[in-house]
This record gives sequence, structure tokens and C-alpha cells, in this order.
Amino acid sequence: MATSHISSSFTSSRILPVRWLRAVPRRSRVLTVQAKIREIFMPALSSTMTEGKIVSWTKSEGDRLSKGESVVVVESDKADMDVESFHDGILAAIVVSEGESAPVGAAIAFLAETEEEVAMAKAKAESTSSGGGTAAPSGGSATAVETDGKVTSAPAVAAPTPAATAVAEGPKKIVVTPYAKKLAKQHKVDINKVVGTGSYGRITPEDIEAAAGIQSKKPAPAPVTQAASAPAKPAAAASASLPPPLPGSSVVPFTTMQGAVSKNMMESLSVPTFRVGYPVMTKALDDLYAKLKPKGVTMTVLLAKAAAMALAQHPIVNASCKDGKSFSYNSSINIAVAVAMDGGLITPVLQDADKLDLYLLSEKWKELVKKARAKQLSPNEYNSGTFTLSNLGMFGVDRFDAILPPGQGAIMAVGASKPTVSADKDGFFSVKNKMLVNVTADHRIIYGADLAAFLETFAKIVENPDSLTL
Amino acid sequence: MQSSLSLSLSLSSPLPTKANPSISNSIRFCGLRREALVSNLTQRIQQSRVWVPRALPSANGSSASVKGGFDYDLVIIGAGVGGHGAALHAVEKGLKTAIIEGDVVGGTCVNRGCVPSKALLAVSGRMRELHDEHHMKSLGLQVSSAGYDRQAVADHANNLASKIRSNLTNSMKSLGVDILTGVGTIVGPQKVRYGKVGLPQKEVTARDILIATGSTPFVPNGIEIDGKTVFTSDHALKMEWVPDWLAIVGSGYIGLEFSDVYTALGSEVTFVEALDQLMPGFDPEIGKLAQRILINPRKIDYHTGVFAKKITPAKDGKPVQIELIDAKTKEPKETLEVDAALIATGRAPFTKGLGLENINVVTQRGFVPVDERMRVLDANGDLVPHVYCIGDANGKLMLAHAASAQGISVVEQLTGRDHVLNHLSIPAACFTHPEISMVGLTEPQAREKGEKEGFEISVVKTSFKANTKALAENEGDGLAKMIYRPDTGEILGVHILGLHAADLIHEASNAMALGTKVQDIKFAVHAHPTLSEVLDELFKAAKVNIGVSVNEPVAV
Repeated sequence: MATSHISSSFTSSRILPVRWLRAVPRRSRVLTVQAKIREIFMPALSSTMTEGKIVSWTKSEGDRLSKGESVVVVESDKADMDVESFHDGILAAIVVSEGESAPVGAAIAFLAETEEEVAMAKAKAESTSSGGGTAAPSGGSATAVETDGKVTSAPAVAAPTPAATAVAEGPKKIVVTPYAKKLAKQHKVDINKVVGTGSYGRITPEDIEAAAGIQSKKPAPAPVTQAASAPAKPAAAASASLPPPLPGSSVVPFTTMQGAVSKNMMESLSVPTFRVGYPVMTKALDDLYAKLKPKGVTMTVLLAKAAAMALAQHPIVNASCKDGKSFSYNSSINIAVAVAMDGGLITPVLQDADKLDLYLLSEKWKELVKKARAKQLSPNEYNSGTFTLSNLGMFGVDRFDAILPPGQGAIMAVGASKPTVSADKDGFFSVKNKMLVNVTADHRIIYGADLAAFLETFAKIVENPDSLTL
Repeated sequence: MQSSLSLSLSLSSPLPTKANPSISNSIRFCGLRREALVSNLTQRIQQSRVWVPRALPSANGSSASVKGGFDYDLVIIGAGVGGHGAALHAVEKGLKTAIIEGDVVGGTCVNRGCVPSKALLAVSGRMRELHDEHHMKSLGLQVSSAGYDRQAVADHANNLASKIRSNLTNSMKSLGVDILTGVGTIVGPQKVRYGKVGLPQKEVTARDILIATGSTPFVPNGIEIDGKTVFTSDHALKMEWVPDWLAIVGSGYIGLEFSDVYTALGSEVTFVEALDQLMPGFDPEIGKLAQRILINPRKIDYHTGVFAKKITPAKDGKPVQIELIDAKTKEPKETLEVDAALIATGRAPFTKGLGLENINVVTQRGFVPVDERMRVLDANGDLVPHVYCIGDANGKLMLAHAASAQGISVVEQLTGRDHVLNHLSIPAACFTHPEISMVGLTEPQAREKGEKEGFEISVVKTSFKANTKALAENEGDGLAKMIYRPDTGEILGVHILGLHAADLIHEASNAMALGTKVQDIKFAVHAHPTLSEVLDELFKAAKVNIGVSVNEPVAV
């Protein structure tokens, strides 16, 4: 049984500025001197509001705004409200168009102070919206920062590229059904590249979903009886594309947590992963554990600490690949540890596991587990992991294979420590406790030798665990 | 004058003893303005409801005697909702009444309109709910995929129509209204011929004739109806099939309701609207919100500012073709290819064969010209004695209940009580999910009127998001707005979009009919928690007489 891990959002705000600078490096430098571009962000209109929907823009791009003027109408969970501008300026670019939603605090438009800065703000808006495609806004409220010349970007908000869906009157006529058109806009599918499979060669919603690589959620409410176009035909046999469920079977929908796991697992399929296994002798670790156990230190914490120390020497394994084009080195080592829960699984994160000592980590861990059981973990406490540890050793599992959570570089699967006959270099047989660890990693950034070297370091630390207590 | 009773008079209290019974009789109909009586008053005061003992026993045909040697006091041509309402009231007033119906009793509303469409909308509403996984889940419900049996849905609509039809027929029969079968034709003053085609015709004389022939779906030139792939609401209600892709020409009430039905049953819909915006008849703000709730999130797209110049039904292996032209420049635009097209471009009066030429009446765009008392006007604009016309055939307000109210108004006049119907207090509703309802003026209309007549108007709004009951139902989408005069507190219009809006509007329309002012109705108590509190908040939010500026934005 393979386990799966969730670790929902990665911090998109960290990477986006880098990309923007790449996109327009010269220009920004020239203009940064006094350029002042402000973001208009999604306001919190009520204490319970987490995201808002743009009802309408009362101003359009290029309009001059003065402080206090109404710019946009936002629909919150309670009411529609006019949002005013806090500054004078020119509405340079709208990032979130009418009808779209954005989390509280996300940039929904850019305000330029002068005409010259409009272009710059536009470029910025573009980088924001194009980068936003895949980021999950589940991390809660992210703050947008006013920038002076420097560029920041708010977490991504899906802003559709104005898909030119005009039906071409050209030689090849493209016919798109209304829902397919909506889906194409939503998933940014270029309908000119989709081949219609519907009747009369129409592009159907299914075609768009196939092009966007998503599975059709569910069929539209279909008549139970075969309603052919011939009127008033008595009920024919029900059409069944799927085999009928066995009598007495039941369908239980996912809970929110299970839904999140499912989504992450599907996302993980887009990452090319590989695995490297390594045997680790655990006699010394077991001894240390026996000594520290009365002080409240658990095996999980020991392993997390060991992994963190190994990661400190191999920062590449703690890195991640967010856009398929660059390495993202994380500034801290945060070990996410998979914890099974009733009807789900969550990954509380031991932050700065390399820096904290075993006792602090143990206390932290206890607190996290308690919160996890009570479902009170804050997003930061379960989605800030940079490396994941999963241990099924307590079930007697000797080895297993973990799925890499989206947004991380590697995950370690730890099996049980078992007495094993082995031969040493002199050919003497002995029985030693051996544990198999298996690491799954993103091969776009972590190569075989990197992982092997990391595992070697990890094994050394576990086999000489004195450094753990330092 | 007793009729100028002030509104503070408790509605249920009997008329004070000083009231002369004959006058009190003449002001029986609450809120229906009687301008002849009131116009000389310095202030226009709406009559309050006055309790009147039923003076005339409900007569049946055999016992009523007709003065002047006529066969009937009143002959009504057309047994739709308008004719039915008039007939019932006429009998109650002691008139010997006959009703002529050439088709089936019940007319458009019962057989091809409001009634069967409500059956389909009841299905679509539930379907939509069962398929809204998010909505169900947030209520804690788990429902596996819902399906439907098209024929059973169609049968439900059909059964409802027959049930209501037989109810109407029975109510008239039991009261003694003679139901005459055949097409009625006015052959001369106070004379009507009727009979089925090919059978001997009969003639009856009547002191007064009431035309209530209604309307049929309007089909613009260039559109070929085949009843299968290009059809009108008449065919659509039979629900003979559910096309994958349906174009609806016209985005008024009818088109909107059908889009609700068909999208819930799995169709995708494309609207074709000649005006620049969808739902042109609605208050702009309501229209905008309706678009956000009823159009944008659904499988619907639209083309506005275009005419469907030519529509060809599906044949020879080709889909339905809709040729669009620009509504202003008339330049050809794209051609749509869809599985079916529903023509919902409005309704045309049905006055063919009525024999209007025999009484020198010329229709205007098909409508029978009438004055504000529904009295028919001839080609010279003079009154035609003893002929009235109500409902869709006169085109004043094409709603079933408006026809019925007009019919009652006519019967009031026939029985010696002058009466003018206040059309502005007649509510209208569109039964989408959620529903839309309205009464009185839209905001732009009110502003125009205010400008012309020199008064200010104010607008207040409340949201369904703030209503406990709506939130309990998880149906917080919606808005209610009221347009009123801040100087007098007169309600000029109320528009609601939200859960059960069609049922909620009556508090406002009754207030308008009775002339109740905002400052008075705001003290009426509403049960908590109910949707009616949306209106309660609206009344309470209104500010009367304290100099609220017209354009001040109102927090909602």
C-alpha cells in the first residue's frame, strides 16, 4: 500500500518576483528610480470573508482615479460593496476580471502614478496573472505589499487571458457549445487547437476537458430514459456506459480533506519522480532512543532531526522545482511528517528542524499532533514543509514507496527496523537491526547521485547518532 | 365624501355608520383607482378597503332575468384566465353570463403558459438543487447522481394543466356560467355568432360584450416553425425532447424561464437578444444581478444586439441554422448551428375572426384599442358602446392576472360602479431559480417620472445574504430594492431577485394598491425568521422626509 501525502500550497509569492525580473530586467532597473506602482488588493469586507468575487469594475484600464473614488464592486460572503481607491493614480491593469474570485489580500489591479508607469504596471500584471495558473490559494490570506520600484507579486489569482473566442468566419468554421466556451476560458484552452468530436464537428465540453487534461467531473443530468429526438417514445432501456454498481454497494463522497488529498495526488502525476533505497543500521539509534524516550523524545522526532541534519548538508534535496525552469532553494528546513487521521491524513510540519534541538522538537511535535487530532492546525503548520517523512515501520512494513507531494523536492519512506543477518567487509556474519529507507524525488532538480549522497549522509548520522543530541 | 377615507382607518373595520351604503358599494375594490370620483380631491387618496355585505345573491343563469330582451347580460369571448375571472365576478354581481371558447377552457395560461411551465420549473428547480453538489454538501446532504424521466416530466406538466383546466370549467359551471363552444364573432352591435366550423352557427344577443381572446406566440418573419427543432413555448411545454444545444430567441420572461428548465435538464443554451443587453424589461440592476446568477454560472452564452433574420429547421442531416444580423446596421453576422431553437420573442394578440370590422374597429399592431376603462375604441377613436376588451388582446399588460383584474374592473363598471384599474400596482414574476419579481416602476422609469413631475426619488436595497431564512436554505443570492418618494413616502416600485421572490412581491404590490406609505408599513411586524424580512428591512431602511439626496449611495 502506497501512502499519499498532502501538502497543499507552496509559497508562490517567493518565486514570482524572480520571474518578473527575468521577464523585463532592463526596464525595471531604469524605471525603478522613482516608479511607484501600487496594488489594489482584495479587501476583507467582513471578518469571515476569505475570498471575494469581482462583481464589476466601475473603472476601466486607463482611467484616472482619485483617492476615495469607487473602483470596483466586490461580492463577499455577505454583501456587495464598493471598494475605493486609497491613492490617486491611473488604473493601469486589471488582474482579476469581472466574475472572477480572488483571495483576500490578493492583487486585483495595479495602479500607476504616472502615464509612464502604466506600461510597467501592465507588465507586472501580466507576470502576476500568467504565473498564477497553478497556485492553490488554500494557504489563506496572503498579503500584498506596496512596492516602491521593486516588484512583488501577490499570490496568484487565476486571471483569464482574454481568450479570443470569436468564431472565425474563415474557411474552417469552429463551432463551440456555450459550456465548452466557458470551460475553455476557465482552463485557458485555445479552441483553435481543439478538434471537435460532437455532432456536426462541434467542440463539446468533453473536448475542452480532454484538452485541458482534466477528467470530466460528472455528466450533465441526462434523461434516464433514452430521449431520442423522435418525440414521445416510451421509455427504452436505460443507457449505461459504466457497469452498474453491485447490489448493496454504496458511494461515499470525499470529505474536504480527502478531496484535497485526491487533488494533490492527481497533481503529483505531473512530476517526473524516481526512487533510491538505502539500508541503514539502527543499533546505535535504537540505543539512543531507549535513553531519550523517558525524556519525551519519539522515534519520529529522531528521524526528522536526522533527516534535517542530512538536508543541511545537501540543500538540493531540500529544494523544489516550481515552474520546470528553475531550482527553488528553501531558506529553512521544514520537515513535514505524515500523520494518519481518522478518514484522512495530514502532514504537520516541524519547522527549522535542523536548528532546534531534540527536546524542543519533541515538544513542538507533541503540540502539533494534539492540534492535528483536534483539526486545529493552521495552514502554516501543515503546508510549509520542504521535505516529507513518512514512517510505516510501526506496522512491520519493511519497505514502501511514497508519492512526492506537489511543491516539494523529495519524500522519505521509512520501513521497520528488523534484525537482519549481514556480512561485514571481513566476511563475518552477524545479526544487526536494519531499516530500509526509500526516497522519492523530483528528477528535474534532484539527480541520482544527489539523492545517493544525501542517503549516505543520512545513514551515517543515524548510525552515529551522537550528533543528534548536540 | 365618504370615499375619501383616510388610510389610517383600520382595514378590517366596517364602514363607519355615516357611510351611505350605495357609496360604500361603489368603492368596493380596494386600491383600484377610481379617478372620476377622486380627481376633484385636492390630494389623491386611495380608497381603503371597506367591508360590504354581499348585496346580491350569487345568481345562476336560470334565475337571473335579463333586462331589455337580451339573451345575456354579458357574453365573454374567450375562456382564458381573464374571461374566467370576469365571468365569476359577473355572476357574483348577478349578471346572466355566457362564455364562448373556441379551443379549450383555460386559454394560454392554463394550457400553454404559466401553468405547465410552473410544473417544468418545479422539476428544474429540484434537479438543479440535486446537482449542485456544493450546495448539498454545505447542507450536509449526500445525494448520488439524480436523473429524470423525460416523459414523466412532460406528463407532470400536462396533468397539471388538465387539472387546472377542469377546476376552471367546474367553477364556471357550478356558478351557472353558460359555456358556449365555438369561435365567437361579433356580427353587429350587441350580437355574437358562435359555432364550430362546419356546424350550424348560433347567434346570441348580449347587453355587453367582453373580448378576451388573448394571444399566441409571436414569430417574426423569416423564422420557419416546424414544431420539432424550431418551436415556440407552445411546443416546448410539451417537452417532447431535450436538445443538447438550444438557442432561445428573446431573453424576456419566457426565454429566461425556459433557459432555467432546459439547462437544469442538461441542455446548453444560447440566447439571441435584439437589444444591447439581456433581460431588457427588468430593472437594470436586477437584470445585471440576474445575469450574474442565472446566466453566467450556467451553461449559457448569448449574442446581444442581433436579430435572428432567418431560422431554418434541422433537415437533410443539417442542424438548425440561425442567421444573425446586426440589430442596428442590419449587416450579416455569424450563423449559429444548434440542435433546436425556441422562439420567445413575445406574444401577438389573437383577434382573428372576431368580426371587429363589423363594429368599425381597427386593430393597432393587432391589438384592440381600448381606453383606460377597457372600453373598445373604433377607427375614429370613439367609444364603441357595449364592447370591452381585456387581457393580452388589448396589450396593456400581458399577464394572466392583469387580464383577470381588468375583467373584474369591467364588470364593476357594468354593474354601475365606475372603476379604473391601476396597472402600476400589478406585480409580475419570472419563475427562474431564484425567482424575479417586480411591481411598479423601474429605477430609470421612476427617475424620468420624477424629473418630469418635479419630485425626488430614493432607492433602498437589501440583500438576501443578510436574511436568516435565506441563509438557512443556503440561498443567499439575491437583492430587493425599492424606489420611493422621500417627500411623501409613496412606493413607486419594488424589484426582487431571490428565493421565493414571486411570493414576496405581494406585500409591496398590496401596499402600492392600497396606497400604504413607507412610513406606515415599516411598523408592520414580520415573523422571524422568514424571507419576508427582506422586505421588512427594505421598508425600515427607507428614509422619508428628511431630505435624503437622490443620488446618495445606499449601503446594502
